Amino acid sequence: MAAGVIGAFTAVLRRELRLAARARAEWLMPPLFFVIVVTLFGLGAKPNDPLLADFAPAILWVGALLAALLTLERLFRADYEDGTLEQIFIAPAPAIAAIAAKLSAHWLLTGLPLALLAAPLAAALGFPSAALPALTAGLALGTPVLSLIGGFAAALTVGLPRAGVLLPLLVLPLVTPIVIFGAGAARAAQSGLPADAPLYFLAAVLVLGLTLLPWATTAALRNAFE
Amino acid sequence: MSLIAVENLAVARGGRTLLRGLDLAVQAGEVLHLRGGNGAGKTSLLEVLCGLRVPLEGAFRQRPEPQALHWLGHKNALNLALTPLENLGFWCGLNSVAEDALLPVLQRLGIERLRHRPCRTLSAGQKRRCALARLLLAPRPLWLLDEPLDGLDAQGLGLFAQLLAEHLGRGGAAIVTSHQPLPPGVPGVREWQLA
Repeated sequence: MAAGVIGAFTAVLRRELRLAARARAEWLMPPLFFVIVVTLFGLGAKPNDPLLADFAPAILWVGALLAALLTLERLFRADYEDGTLEQIFIAPAPAIAAIAAKLSAHWLLTGLPLALLAAPLAAALGFPSAALPALTAGLALGTPVLSLIGGFAAALTVGLPRAGVLLPLLVLPLVTPIVIFGAGAARAAQSGLPADAPLYFLAAVLVLGLTLLPWATTAALRNAFE
Repeated sequence: MSLIAVENLAVARGGRTLLRGLDLAVQAGEVLHLRGGNGAGKTSLLEVLCGLRVPLEGAFRQRPEPQALHWLGHKNALNLALTPLENLGFWCGLNSVAEDALLPVLQRLGIERLRHRPCRTLSAGQKRRCALARLLLAPRPLWLLDEPLDGLDAQGLGLFAQLLAEHLGRGGAAIVTSHQPLPPGVPGVREWQLA
């Protein structure tokens, strides 16, 4: 049984990475979108405006959230439409293994690049370099939660024809705590205060999400066949 | 001994009851050919039998294990950006099946020359053959096939009859939906008309 679970997890993960390598535009889109949005904030503000550094945590967090939403709609839709999802649910290994692999792949291909990109973009906005670790740590803890919540919402809407419009409306209200504490950690570090408390809170939300949402996502996808 | 048996089954789709009071059992060496007009509930019934859909009422008297049945839906479960080899290799990994059988199986189905081409460049019949290849990758006693003849050419129909006959000879069984009669050469076909 355990061998089947690991086999299914690695098979799905390898397939996702292979698909990403074949359709590069798909996973290059979120980082490019992120860079463009943050750059536009810089261009829209007064030259060398010191206020931009104050707003940097909010700009970076909102930019990263919107960028990560771009690839969410496709997360399960293609597999639902071509019948792969049926094979995943029929297979002897529990479907949770395959679904967890899909969620992990979404974070690896979307959330992780965004978390890594945030530091250079923050520096460009004049964000103090001493506070960069807190910002990056916050994003590293927050983007997996976004993949989990977003994956759940994508699973709920997989059978709907125009889910692309509905998805941000479902996901964004649910991720407000992530933005509050993620940007809060960055702001605390910016003003020289300890950022541990908001980071611990983000870690707690991540653990909660990891223990609940993969199962909820699997149940929502199974429901899509009804 | 029956490989699958249900009693008093009711099947609904989208809030509408399609079938009611259905008793059905399939023995080893037997093919059940489900017939019925569009919307009669053939696909929904197969989905219930393979466990994708919950029946409205009724119960399984004999329920096959997941590793004892093959499901071939009317969708081929092939990602169009991947090649047949990659798609079937993924299926092997998902089901913990050894991949050594891949090449002989593709040869058997006459698609070994296409194995490195992306599936989007294949014809409907070629894709159907790729989907049928799964039946041979892992030996499983019960095949549930939804319109397996879709898009197959005359030679493909002959091949399908041959594969099915061999499967029955090994003590397997199958439940097949098809609007056209099953190709000749398949023994033990029992037709079942859904109202």
